[in-house]
Amino acid sequence: MEAFVSLSATAAPIDIPNCDTDQIIPARFLRHLRTDGGYDRYLFHDLRFDDAGDEREGFVLNQAAFRSAEIIVADVNWGCGSSRENAVDALLAFGIRCVIAPSFGDIHYNNCVNRGVLPIRLPRETCDQLRAKLHSSPGSELSISLEAQSIDDAEGQRYTFEIAEFDKFRLLRGLDDVGLTLQYEGAIEEFEAQHGEQYDWL
Amino acid sequence: MPGLSLFEKIWNRHVVVERDDGQSLLYIDRHLCHDGSFNGFSQLRAAGRKVRRPKQTYATPDHYTPTHTASIAAVEDPQARRIIEGIDVNAKEFGVHYFPWGDARQGIAHVVGPEQGITLPGLTMVCGDSHTSTHGALGCIAFGIGASEVAHVLATQVLWQRKPKTMRINVTGTLGFGVTGKDLILGVIRQIGADGGTGYAIEYAGSAVEAMSMEGRMTVCNMTIEAGSRFGLIAPDAKTVEYIEGRTYAPKDEKWERAKAFWASLPSDAGAKFDREVTVDGDALAPMVTWGNSPQDAVQVTESVPDPSQETDDDRRSAMLAALDYMGLKAGQPISSVAVDKVFIGACTNSRIEDLRAAAAVAKGRKAQVPTLVVPGSGLVKQQAEAEGLDKIFTEAGFEWRLPGCSMCVGMNGDLLRPGERSASTSNRNFRGRQGKDSRTHLVSPAMAAAAAVSGHFVDVREMSTEAV
Repeated sequence: MEAFVSLSATAAPIDIPNCDTDQIIPARFLRHLRTDGGYDRYLFHDLRFDDAGDEREGFVLNQAAFRSAEIIVADVNWGCGSSRENAVDALLAFGIRCVIAPSFGDIHYNNCVNRGVLPIRLPRETCDQLRAKLHSSPGSELSISLEAQSIDDAEGQRYTFEIAEFDKFRLLRGLDDVGLTLQYEGAIEEFEAQHGEQYDWL
Repeated sequence: MPGLSLFEKIWNRHVVVERDDGQSLLYIDRHLCHDGSFNGFSQLRAAGRKVRRPKQTYATPDHYTPTHTASIAAVEDPQARRIIEGIDVNAKEFGVHYFPWGDARQGIAHVVGPEQGITLPGLTMVCGDSHTSTHGALGCIAFGIGASEVAHVLATQVLWQRKPKTMRINVTGTLGFGVTGKDLILGVIRQIGADGGTGYAIEYAGSAVEAMSMEGRMTVCNMTIEAGSRFGLIAPDAKTVEYIEGRTYAPKDEKWERAKAFWASLPSDAGAKFDREVTVDGDALAPMVTWGNSPQDAVQVTESVPDPSQETDDDRRSAMLAALDYMGLKAGQPISSVAVDKVFIGACTNSRIEDLRAAAAVAKGRKAQVPTLVVPGSGLVKQQAEAEGLDKIFTEAGFEWRLPGCSMCVGMNGDLLRPGERSASTSNRNFRGRQGKDSRTHLVSPAMAAAAAVSGHFVDVREMSTEAV
């Protein structure tokens, strides 16, 4: 996965509470391999496109100011529902590298970290405020530093965020965690031997 | 020393390494794979890795398999065919346990696991599907993961995780006549919200949970993810042990005795501390129907569609307005006045034998007013239902009796609503477009679904006379 160190980019507000992964990518697209391409168009497909496949004007990512967004500022419980990692494929294919939200579905949160998309939790009021600012100054940028755990908005206001050390460590390095895990091979083997003996009925 | 919870007892026994930063390497006892797990296998293959413990890995197709035929030739879409055939290739190449399409043991992974005795108390289990929480009904830590994590478990049999907070939901009292596990969990989600469980592992306890059958408990744990939590657990008891005994992969003889003794040590200690405790009044629960696009949008069948103008939170009000618009409902409309176009009885939430018996008891001697699909959770559930004559009751009532799979819960196999169509569905998600583009889903119990099928609209199943099947 690609490392995430810092990013200054346009942010798009998505005002959908409980935005489930079925909205982020409808189930009928999951049969397509990542390598098949086309994932950029699957992102929010049914909210972005009408039955004829034409863009719906009202949807935020179809507006000129937000087309090049690399950051999403969302509402509560972003990415709840299905475990489909294809939701992250769709985000990445569109160019999104960071999602800021008051809360995330736990599985989707891990999927983001595993694929190099930075999930940032900020208080609900802060997210509401940020989305309001993005609506009033469409196309404005946010500058994010993972090292400093900070976000600067276009008005110079700074927000700081918490992230688990382990997730930060991996994102900063773009680390595939299988590689990391294999460093613990000895401990896994030892655990398996002891576990197998203790629970021989398994 | 403070007591430990069921969750902590299992978690602590599976930590291989805990890093200074709080991340734990968790050992995974059993891994379930389905046809949709192909991304995980692709990642594994691309990295040139093998399945570390094929005998701890079980595979069965469920998401993409048609339910009207067991013939691959009938699958017209080349990608769906590639996926159904792909699990066959993956299972054989990597040497994992495999219940192929057409085998009586095949079915929805979350029905097959407990049915085969793969799911046991005290284990850690994962599957690349969010409804893996189902298995926690047997007293284990079971959770859904994404494709990268699937590839990781296949390669290493471990997973990096942070220990979640713990929540205990005590359901007091007794569930009334016609009130099921489905109604209980919809009531819980309505009370704590669709993100009420985020970051927590939830243990369900209390008299109403203890009194519940294993099938009902699985329904409750299944929808724990709809409250935001990956983990739903219920302490193993005599019912759990009785359910497991004699199943194919369950321990036998002396091992069975040792396993039983261990399982008896698992329930939360009297002094166990939980980060949050919630009480739900089981006596006050009633059959539920959802009205919106989040499982928290649920009302009792005697209630009406809520009025957004009564909502004080701005975001919540606009979400309600959007949901009513999408669902084609009016504020204040009695939910029982809502007519349905199709009924779906099935899904990992409600496709076990008890669910089918409950639906059949309502269907018996009545006629479907709308197209109704009954999709058993596995080939073995199907066989048992047929041995009990349930299939006859369904077909005489004009319901369609199908082959096992996920079917219209997610529609990946082609079982879909048409745009604008409204369903009464025993599945777990009423999200926009979940059962097909522009579909409108109302979540209900199997008995309520059958009642809607024979009435053409939602109806309080408690007011319909039913006889035991």
